[in-house]
Amino acid sequence: MTQIFDEEGNAVPVTVIQAGPCIVTQVKTAKTDGYTAVQIGYDNVSEKALTKPELGHLAKAGATPVRHLKEYRVAQTEEFEPGQNVTAERFEPGQLVDVTGTSIGKGFSGNQKRHNFRRGPMSHGSKNHRLPGSIGPGTTPGRVYPGKKMAGQLGNKQVTTRKLQVVKIDAENNLLVIKGAIPGKPGGLLSIAPTNVVG
Amino acid sequence: MNAEQAIRSLEADYIKTDLPEIYVGDTIRVGVSIQEGGKERIQPYEGTVIAKRGGGINAAITVRRVFQGVGVERVFLVHAPLIASIKVLRRGKARRAKLYYLRDRVGKATRLKQRFDRSL
Repeated sequence: MTQIFDEEGNAVPVTVIQAGPCIVTQVKTAKTDGYTAVQIGYDNVSEKALTKPELGHLAKAGATPVRHLKEYRVAQTEEFEPGQNVTAERFEPGQLVDVTGTSIGKGFSGNQKRHNFRRGPMSHGSKNHRLPGSIGPGTTPGRVYPGKKMAGQLGNKQVTTRKLQVVKIDAENNLLVIKGAIPGKPGGLLSIAPTNVVG
Repeated sequence: MNAEQAIRSLEADYIKTDLPEIYVGDTIRVGVSIQEGGKERIQPYEGTVIAKRGGGINAAITVRRVFQGVGVERVFLVHAPLIASIKVLRRGKARRAKLYYLRDRVGKATRLKQRFDRSL
């Protein structure tokens, strides 16, 4: 992350994202697949890195070998054709986007870190420092309620940050400049799509 | 283009190249542009640099002055477009990076010795 200045002189915290170049690897239409979608690929690799079936699928679209494929549901597929490039220019400054990525993994974490529990006293004879405490009633109901907050894996799961604003676009280098933080570590794979407005 | 280069190329548009070298202990005059009823004017703010933090485009300085007996500290992002100008008036001799001890002093005790080995 870094920061840039807007027209009024305010400092805006931004994240710089390498957005492509991506390539259209398949166009799904209602006639052939029952729904309309476009599949795009990113991250060029050598042919050796892929299997024959993968190479065959990409060759059909006339695409170069790519590491990652992802499908996006679109209402109209007319503007897409296999082999076409998808670049950062599809977005425009001011547009709101949803950014999906894998959050930073924190391993098996306790309740203080994972669910913001308070800890017990560290002194005065207390031995209850970071214990979870009671997890429910006794004989009735005789079980722990589903969804009880407990220790477990924190992070390293898919997270979507919604309604982030595109501040700037560098079409030449395929860079997207987005206001605010995005999920995951630097170098992580992201999915960026126009904001899905519900209702 | 790697991540470092991408970020630097973005920042390059905003980074000022004509800034003077500022050290902790210097007395400086900062020209702050203010919007007032549709008009823009430059308001000078003069004081001692008591701290520097951040690097690159995030670089910021804390400038302290005593105004009408009240200590005032303002933090400026030196690359911000609202900072119209920065002029070094006097180089001060400071033996530490943060001069927070000046907050506890009044009057003559807040003076810093002038140093002459750095040009203005």
